[in-house]
Amino acid sequence: MSVDTATVAKIASLARIKVSEAELEAMVPELNGILAWVEQLGEVNVDGIEPMTAVIPNKQRLRDDVVNADPLTGGDIRDKVLANAPAAEHGFFGVPKVIE
Amino acid sequence: MSDYRIHGATGEWEVVIGLEVHAQVTSNAKLFSGAATAFGAEPNAQVSLVDAAMPGMLPVPNMECIRQAVRTGLAINAQINKWSRFDRKNYFYADLPQGYQISQLYHPIVGEGEIEIQLDDKDPESTKTIGIERIHVEQDAGKLMHDQHPTMSYVDLNRSGVALMEIVSRPDMRSPAEAGAYLSKLRTILRYVGSCDGNMDQGSMRADVNVSVRRPGEPFGTRTETKNVNSVRFVMAVVEQEAKRQVAVIEDGGTVVQETRLYDPDRNETRSMRSKEDAHDYRYFPDPDLLPLELTDDFVAECKASLPELPDAKRHRYETALGLSAYDAGQLTLEVETYQQFEEMLESVARESGAPERDVAKRVANWILSERPGVLRAAGVAVTDPRNTVAANTALIVAVSKGVISGGKAKEIFQQYLTSDIDLAETIASNQQTTDTGAIEAAVDAILAANADKVEQYKGGKEALFGFFVGQTMKAMQGKGNPQLVNQVLKDKLG
Repeated sequence: MSVDTATVAKIASLARIKVSEAELEAMVPELNGILAWVEQLGEVNVDGIEPMTAVIPNKQRLRDDVVNADPLTGGDIRDKVLANAPAAEHGFFGVPKVIE
Repeated sequence: MSDYRIHGATGEWEVVIGLEVHAQVTSNAKLFSGAATAFGAEPNAQVSLVDAAMPGMLPVPNMECIRQAVRTGLAINAQINKWSRFDRKNYFYADLPQGYQISQLYHPIVGEGEIEIQLDDKDPESTKTIGIERIHVEQDAGKLMHDQHPTMSYVDLNRSGVALMEIVSRPDMRSPAEAGAYLSKLRTILRYVGSCDGNMDQGSMRADVNVSVRRPGEPFGTRTETKNVNSVRFVMAVVEQEAKRQVAVIEDGGTVVQETRLYDPDRNETRSMRSKEDAHDYRYFPDPDLLPLELTDDFVAECKASLPELPDAKRHRYETALGLSAYDAGQLTLEVETYQQFEEMLESVARESGAPERDVAKRVANWILSERPGVLRAAGVAVTDPRNTVAANTALIVAVSKGVISGGKAKEIFQQYLTSDIDLAETIASNQQTTDTGAIEAAVDAILAANADKVEQYKGGKEALFGFFVGQTMKAMQGKGNPQLVNQVLKDKLG
């Protein structure tokens, strides 16, 4: 698998990352180098082997359905949430007008 | 088989419909954070650092949301996948600060199931089974407001991260009526299960409507998807309008473009969202922040045990065990509130009148479905009015069934009771109908004497006047005459 300039430009645009022409030119061989390196994994025969999802046996833990049980992951912190917003008005984030 | 057809200029077309319903999961906290989910809070008050996608925050699934999805799956006889996984659906928009929605593309938690719909509520045979392809759990996005500021859009992330179930049907529906019946039935099931409140006007349920047309019997045509349709009526309108539009396009020599559309209720038409092609390049991949979700047999068994009696089973029981008509059983089981009231009142009436439930079921059903609604309307009170208690309803139904008061009197007393401060038991007692034949005969004699001319007309063949005599007698007795006896006495005297 390899990517060309157009593909890299498209991915950058989907991720809303601004990449100049010069950067694009430099990035294509870099990304292709990474892809080729990862592709070496394809040489290993993994027939009948379950995909590994974690390096240690581990199960997904679930949280109880309790509001604001832990202040770090609870709500009611509007000021904190809005603190870094470039624009915040009337409790809302303000963003450049986006209408499709 | 549906025989719904669009009659085009070149012949008949069949419509093929599939629905993707987004149902907001009933839970206290969000899918991956501890922020609250309640509707109508101040903007951004229910946003945690996880929901705002602050660096370093990690999602931890809310067990209740998982449980509700499994319960919903079990309620539609679906396969439960004990191993499922979360994927990232990448897109960049201001309603989702993460830059991706956590969803389940490749390994959903619920697999294939089915829902039976009834197309004619008077005909229990008019059923059709609609296949469900899958249910997966995912995050909802925030809300944008575009009309509050000249150059900015306002973002409220309260809804961002609330758990949704996406319930995907098979393309098994063939008419607007089937699509409407499916959405209604799904809503009823979700409300029975308690996994979604079904409030469509608050956006708790929204449907993406997939529509295509074809010549009957031919392969599927190209479909369009009309997004975020938020009522049963609108879903039916979308199917109708979109099918007509597609037929017109094809018959004009064009081709239907596979695209996303929006419904405009004011104009009753769908229109293309004209999104850029690559907006749909979501670059899904497994979410590295979350391990696969593994459910134990015990967990699934507990979910199953927690399910209430479901609509189809309940309707069937009402017909067989309680002897109700298919129509009454259908009406009583449509809404959770209705069947709860019915069952509570049935239990209470059976107890108070010392009769088996089967013997009083029809009377209670009639009271709830046809008699009480009119009284509530006339009194101008809601069914939730604090005076509309089970005890009050029971007292009236029992009084009628024991022959203490007539059905008409019961409605009259109930209306008084709802709108004033009368004592119900006293009022029922003081309105007790008389079975004293002497009193009834005296009243009848007086009426017949006062209306000698009408008696002549009646005897001359104007039999419709019988009702007039009954009415006059009842009126003279202030509604307390036992209607059967009044009829009997009148028949004897006029006979």
